[in-house]
Amino acid sequence: MDGEVILLDAYASMFGMRLRIALAEKGVKYEYREENLPKKSPFLFQMNPIHKKVPVLIHNGKPICESLIALQYIDEVWHDKNPLLPSDPYKRAQARLWADFVDQKVHILGRKIWSAKGEEQEAAKKEFIEALKVLEGELGEKPYFGGEEFGYVDVALIPFYSWFHAYETCGNFKIGTQCPKFVAWAKRCMQRESVSKSLADPEKVYDFVLILKKHFGVE
Amino acid sequence: MAEEVKLFRTWSSPYALRIVWALKLKGIEYETIFEDLTNKSPSLLQYNPTHGKVPVLVRDGKPVCESLVILEYVDETWKHNPLLPQDPYEKSMARFWANFGDDKLMKSIWQLFIAHEKDQDVAAVAALENLKIVEEQLKGKKFFHGETIGYLDLAFGWIANLVSILEEIMSLKLVDGERFPHLSSWIQHFIDAPVIRDCWPPRDKMIIKFQVMRENYLAAATPK
Repeated sequence: MDGEVILLDAYASMFGMRLRIALAEKGVKYEYREENLPKKSPFLFQMNPIHKKVPVLIHNGKPICESLIALQYIDEVWHDKNPLLPSDPYKRAQARLWADFVDQKVHILGRKIWSAKGEEQEAAKKEFIEALKVLEGELGEKPYFGGEEFGYVDVALIPFYSWFHAYETCGNFKIGTQCPKFVAWAKRCMQRESVSKSLADPEKVYDFVLILKKHFGVE
Repeated sequence: MAEEVKLFRTWSSPYALRIVWALKLKGIEYETIFEDLTNKSPSLLQYNPTHGKVPVLVRDGKPVCESLVILEYVDETWKHNPLLPQDPYEKSMARFWANFGDDKLMKSIWQLFIAHEKDQDVAAVAALENLKIVEEQLKGKKFFHGETIGYLDLAFGWIANLVSILEEIMSLKLVDGERFPHLSSWIQHFIDAPVIRDCWPPRDKMIIKFQVMRENYLAAATPK
């Protein structure tokens, strides 16, 4: 049986969305617990004392932190349904590298778009589009990054689509017109129930970004 | 059929050592290509066009980058003498601590290494806190996974060598036996292990290299 599965998360967290999608793909029943970010609960500090961040997957009382680590854990424990990582070691390595690219580029640049101003923001916008174009190149003519099947890199990346509205509004630019292939891929992913039910509403993400901006003292 | 395995690396990189040890533990034969990062070879740029970083492992013409990703690739390709635990939870913990080692511990030790004297106290607090966290993980264990060397030992291997080099340059002892008995004991077991001990880069060369690096950083940093 699945055992007791708890997901400690925050609605707008793109990292939490990764795990929501994976658990849905695997048909795992779990308890969702919302953290009221930017405030953090004592339970979160207890479950993730090193990084104090969401999401945390708690399986039979044992916490697994860091979304890509938890994503691999979910794939390994519930390996018989909708595998996310390929079985070939070389392809697995490539998938891991691309997921890391998403964290290093899409996430960090996206954050700069809403939190920086002036030249720093302009540079982040430009590099963000460049990163999406690199991803478009990697996607090529495939329906998904995983090939014919929705996979690990798709799960790692698609949550950021729900943040595009916030990036566009804060950065005063349009992403879709510059990266139509990316948007086509995103819409394809959104047709999966696991994705459409897991992704946050872009307006609510924008509201959350406004709270973050206030919290961090960004104008 | 013999497969062709190549490792592109620099002589000094602690990340490359992880792969050297892993391949040795698995008994895999391979060709080493030493790279000068100021003058990268066309082969390296062909295999790692995005970053041109080392190490890169190339097997039958297919490149894998990023040392921790390479470690998992090695472990999954040659399944004997497993490096990672089999249990998914234990595996997740290994990955978590390896990331901590690179993202938090190494960074904080590096920050201390390149800190101006006036910033050293604050930088030392962070480095010591992170070392303490690793110390906790070693309680009651010879190596990170138990009795034999595995993934996490390779991931943290740099502590057993590079740290003492940085300490010598800084004239500052971080990992002392009194504050970190488990870590000190692990270092001794690790450096004594046959598969590990013959791979270290020449110490005197390392000291010169990192001394120069430190001087460059201190000169470049704008004092407040």
